[in-house]
Order: sequence, then C-alpha cells, then structure tokens
Amino acid sequence: MNYRRSAFIITCLAFGYAFLYIPILSMVVFSFNASKLVTVWDAAHSPTLKWYYSLIHDDEILDAAWISLKVAVINASGSVILGTLAGVGLARFAQFKGRFTLNAMTTAPLVMPEVITGLSMLLLFVAMEQWIGWPAGRGITTMTIGHMTFSMAYVTVVVQSRMATFDTALEEAAMDLGARPLKVFFVITLPIIFPAILSGWLLAFTLSWDDLVISSFTSGPGSSTLPMVVFSKVRLGVSPEINVLASITIGVVALIMVGVSLWMARARRLGKKAAD
Amino acid sequence: MRLLAPLRRVGISGRGLVVTLPYLWLLLFFVVPFVIVLKISFSDVDLAIPPYKPLIDWVGKNSLAIRLNFNNYAFLFTDPLYVHAFLNSVKVAFISTVLCLIIGYPVAYGIARSTSTTRNILLLLVVLPFWTSLLLRVYAWIGLLKANGVINNVLMALGVIHEPLEMLYTPFAMYVGIVYSYLPFVILPLYANLEKMDWQLLEAAQDLGCRPWQAFYKITLPLSRNGILAGSMLVFIPAVGEFVIPALLGGPNALMIGRVLWDEFFSNRAWPVASAVAIVLLLLLVPFMMWYQSVQARESAGTR
Repeated sequence: MNYRRSAFIITCLAFGYAFLYIPILSMVVFSFNASKLVTVWDAAHSPTLKWYYSLIHDDEILDAAWISLKVAVINASGSVILGTLAGVGLARFAQFKGRFTLNAMTTAPLVMPEVITGLSMLLLFVAMEQWIGWPAGRGITTMTIGHMTFSMAYVTVVVQSRMATFDTALEEAAMDLGARPLKVFFVITLPIIFPAILSGWLLAFTLSWDDLVISSFTSGPGSSTLPMVVFSKVRLGVSPEINVLASITIGVVALIMVGVSLWMARARRLGKKAAD
Repeated sequence: MRLLAPLRRVGISGRGLVVTLPYLWLLLFFVVPFVIVLKISFSDVDLAIPPYKPLIDWVGKNSLAIRLNFNNYAFLFTDPLYVHAFLNSVKVAFISTVLCLIIGYPVAYGIARSTSTTRNILLLLVVLPFWTSLLLRVYAWIGLLKANGVINNVLMALGVIHEPLEMLYTPFAMYVGIVYSYLPFVILPLYANLEKMDWQLLEAAQDLGCRPWQAFYKITLPLSRNGILAGSMLVFIPAVGEFVIPALLGGPNALMIGRVLWDEFFSNRAWPVASAVAIVLLLLLVPFMMWYQSVQARESAGTR
C-alpha cells in the first residue's frame, strides 16, 4: 500500500475536521465566558467558572439528569442482553425460521425516523393500557422499553459484525473436547466478543442519554429527561448553562473514548504477545 | 441439556431459545405498533382520552360496525401544507445527502490512505462527535449562526461584512445542521468500504497511463459503490423524518414532515392525522430501507 496523499486530500481532511470540531470547540470556549449574551466575549470578567457553578446548582437539570441516568443504565443493560442474543443468533445460525424477519427487524430501527418510532410506541402503550391495564400511565418504564427497542438494534449490529470476523475453529475445538453449547458460549465466545459487548453497552447508554424524540412521546408527567429539559431551554435561545453542560459531556465522552481505546490497544498487544 | 429435552420434543431447540427473546421483543414493540398506527390512522378524532374513536363498535344488540375513515388520508393529499411538507422533506434530505457525500468522501478516502496510527486517531476524531449529544451539537450552531453569533462577530471584526448576515432560522442553517449531524454516518461506511480496496489497482491504472482523476473515476468510485449507497441511505432515510434540526435551526417556515407530525400530535392532539402522516412517510421510506438492507447484505457477503 502506498501512503502518499495529495495536497487536495489533505485540504479536504483539514476542512472536514474543522467543520466537525469548530462548533464543539466554540461551545467549550464560551462556557468560560462571563457574559450572559453567551457569544459576545466579556474580556473583563472572563474566563470564569460561574456558569459551571450555576449548572451544578440547577435542580431542574440535576433531576432530569438523574432520570436520564437511570433510564440509560437500565436500557444499556437490557439491550445488551437482547442485542447479544440476536447478534449471536444471526451470526451463528445460518438457517432458522424467522431469520429474514429478525434481520429486517434489527436493521429497520437503525434508519427509521424517530418520530415514527416514537409515535407508534406511544400508541402501543396506550392500546396496551386499554386492553390489559399495563403499563399504567407513562413514565420511566415506557421510556426504557422504547429506548431498548432501538438500542438493541445497534447492539445487534456491533455484536454480529464482531462474530463474523472471529475464528470459529476455537468454538469447534471446545465442542470436540466435549463442552456443551452453553459452556462454549460462556468460556470461549463471550470473552472473545466482550469488547464488542462493552462498546454495545456504551453505545446503548449514549443513544438513550441523548434521545429527545422517543422520550418525548413515551414519557409521562414528572419524568422529563435531560434532553427534554435542554430542548425546552434551547428553544428559547442560547443559554450559558447549556454550553457548560456541552463542555462537560464532551470532556467525559473524550475521556471514556481515549480510555477504552487505550485499553483495547493494550488487550490486542497482550493477545499478540501471547500468540507469539 | 436434560432440562431442554421436553422443550425439544415440542419443537423448541436451544438455538430457538437464543433468538426467541429478541424476536418476540421486536415483534411486540416494533412491528405490532405499526399495526396500531395503521388502525388509528383510519379512526375519527374524538374529544376523549385517548383522543380517537374506536374502529369497531357494537351497534344495537348483535351487529358489529366497522368504520374506516379515509378522510385523514384524503386530507393529507388535498391540503397543500402536507404535500408541500412531504416534497420539501425529500428535497432537503436529498440535497443534504449529496452534500454529505461531497464532504465525506474525500475525508473517508484520506483516512483509508493514512498510516495505521494516524488512521486510528482520525477515526476516533470522526466517532467522537457522534458520541456527544446530537442536541448539543445542533445547539452549537445556534451560537455560531445567530445575528450576534461567532461567525458574524468574526466576519465583522475582519471587516468582510458591516451588517450581520441573517443565517439562523433559514434553510441554510437547516442544511448546515443536517450535514453536520449526519456527516459521520457517511464517513464511517465509506471508510469501511475503501479500507478493503486493493490500491494496486490504482497503481496499475496509472502505470497504464491513466491520469489520477481518471483512475479515481474509473476504479475507486465504482468499487466503492456499496459504501456510497450505504452511507447515503443512513443519511437520507432518517433525514426525511428529521425533527430536532428543523425545529431548532429552521425557523417557523421550515416545513419538514417530521415537524408537521410532531405538531399534529403534540399541539393539535390530532392523533389520527399524525398516524396517517406516519403511515404515508413509512410507505415512502420502506423501499429505501429494503434497498439499504440488500446493500448491507452484499457488503457483508463481500467480506467473507
């Protein structure tokens, strides 16, 4: 392979990354701005941490963040179980009744416009309440079910693609040595696909943490999530606290991503050493 | 396995159990809801909770009446607002997809042709914005585009303009927001596709006298067809029904169908009309979804 890149490609890369990062950096910079006008730099009093201080004392935002956290953790854990089952099934069983349908049902939520998913989910919950009395009203439970349904599709794709690239000889060897399928799964398959499951969990957590549309349809009174509160604030214009919230989010995400990729690189190195 | 023996006798195997749970989950929470949406799209609005009338009713003692109300659909196709919103959504989604490809293709190409260390860093940088909240990233553009926002302030300080440009709440802002938010969805599948390219083909073409642009047009572009299609579908399909971006950046005149559905549902409480909008939108998008699935199947078949 040759690594030559033309000046044209390098310009395009620079432009592409500037486009991706200027908005993000501008939010971080202006989160330290003292002025209430947000984008007009108040040189006399900046940089300041006063908006950070006011954010961590904003009860509305904190309550919403707590609800979002609960929903995101339950959602991530549930959709990892469902998504792993679906991903392993689709990758390992070449033929089974309903394979086509399962495949379609795990691909469609990835591209389905959220307004459609949200509306249909809500109408289902309303109809279920009429027929069987459950779920009574809407709130954290209905939101979590809604999030799990689209998150598990993403987990399925991640697990399925990891399954497609690993050597089935390991599983076959264990089977030849007399291990039962369930044992093979827990002793061989699960450790190998664990990084995929971890990224699936993080992905499901993020999707839920960010979701506005499906939450708005499926939530009830008193269960506003963080994105719902942010959306109602942002509709009224820019707010210095939202810049702070964005900066904290970006910081946490960057830390986790760098941490996870270093950990994975180390695992790969150790794996290579063990193989040598 | 003794535990499973009775199950196996009735035709349920261990394999079956693995896929049964996700299968039933998706059937109940993803497929059945569409049947209910379809049902409600044929019902009448009612001043009740929930705000629609049942389709099936006992009339008198022993007769069952089924009333299908087609007015919601008739309404959608005769009211210029809805027709306009549908057409406009398709137009906006299409133009955004093309813009995403124009910006994303060279980036994906550049990443695929980097050394492996640079490549990992560049990929991480593409994925990072995707992991931070979409809502917050769209919000960032309000700060950049508004009248006393960053872009206007910089341009005025440089003396390029003297009056602030009106950018926020215009179609321009909406396009910027959509292209910005969906760009990673084009770059990643394109990169995954280009990464598998055999670059020796390009060298061979150049040795045989092809100019770089010709080689690109005749070799790279056709070979990356599946990546282009997959990336386009990942932008086009959700963008047609996008709600957040037009609501925050597009201003009151930005008629996108996702927003119309939202308003019908939340502001007008017209659940049957919102359902009819959802059904028509779904029918419009299903062919694209099937196309996407067949492209995906081709891609994964190609890697094995």
